[in-house]
Amino acid sequence: MSKKESTFFGMLVSLLVITLISGLALGYVNDLTIGPKAKAKLEQKVNALKLVLPTFDNNPVEDKKLVKSDKVTDSVEVYPAYLNNEFVGAALVGTTDKGFSGLVRIMIGFKPSGEIENVVVLEQKETPGLGTKMKEEKFIQQFRGININTFNLKVKKDGGDVDALTGATISSRAFCDATQMAYDEFIRNNGSLIESKN
Amino acid sequence: MAEILNQKQNFLKGIVKENPIFVMLLGMCPTLGVTSSAFNGLGMGVATMFVLIMSNLVVSLVKNQIPAKVRIPAFIIIIASFVTIVEMILEAFVPFLYEQLGIFIPLIVVNCIILGRAEAFASKNNVISSIIDAIGMGLGFVLALTVLGAVREILGSGSLFGFKFVSEDASTFILFILPPGAFIALAYLTVLFNKITSKTT
Repeated sequence: MSKKESTFFGMLVSLLVITLISGLALGYVNDLTIGPKAKAKLEQKVNALKLVLPTFDNNPVEDKKLVKSDKVTDSVEVYPAYLNNEFVGAALVGTTDKGFSGLVRIMIGFKPSGEIENVVVLEQKETPGLGTKMKEEKFIQQFRGININTFNLKVKKDGGDVDALTGATISSRAFCDATQMAYDEFIRNNGSLIESKN
Repeated sequence: MAEILNQKQNFLKGIVKENPIFVMLLGMCPTLGVTSSAFNGLGMGVATMFVLIMSNLVVSLVKNQIPAKVRIPAFIIIIASFVTIVEMILEAFVPFLYEQLGIFIPLIVVNCIILGRAEAFASKNNVISSIIDAIGMGLGFVLALTVLGAVREILGSGSLFGFKFVSEDASTFILFILPPGAFIALAYLTVLFNKITSKTT
């Protein structure tokens, strides 16, 4: 087998050519996938919004508002929903880093009265088979239709009304924590949301 | 005739005699990390197989142009490029799988099966043999990961490829979804695999 001599010049040129070609190839593929990537991300968001909000006819992603909050370093995303120019609810992204493995992000849809329409888990790294059950219907259904004013948003172990997941109390607490955060922000901004469209 | 027979041997060795997971015990990081379900195992296997085939193909094509002293950096650049391509494509078209596999996709770069095949096989053999070798090794890897993922999913969540066959409340061996279960399942599968193959060969 004829291997090339390892001269300094030869090594330089061959590595340069390889990096050049791979750089060009990567740039090309990046150009190809940048559109579908953004679309996939948007679709995911829109699907989540459709799940958590009542019927709406505006584009909540376009009407998105960022609200500053003193509880989180980042601002909170608020997606208002309107039907025939009337405010029918808003979806908020609630975050907490108190999950068993850090960050938990959930999207919660509220009716104007403050009642929870639905909840969707966007991002979590909880223990598979235990904490990940927070995504399942069985856990989420207990939050549907509740008003946090009259509902004690704490797990039963802490004297609240929430049935915690078996073996995943910390994940359940994190879920409640994120919900509470979203609710507080919703109440704080409820007035301005109703006005904004009119 | 001997040539064809050799290629068949070349293809089969990756699946049975030199199975990267059960016999050579290479690439353990993704094997143990992502196989919490059969689908994840299959996805990871296919992604790795694609990178393996492409890198073997390119390495065997350029092997004579690369000076021996810089061959490892050159191979790594080739492999890393294909891994990045796979990552971008997965993110764009299969976002669900991309999310599940997470950090393990970029980690395909350091999967020793791929660099191992590039160094040990593709840099010494012609294009056709290299591709056949990659397909064999890749299939061996896919099979091993899918079987491991399936076993862990059946025992751990009572489902297979997402189809649940036990009731919602049934308690399953959650251990098998967790990292220790990966080691236990892999160990028993390796024993079983070697028991069966040592009889037939």
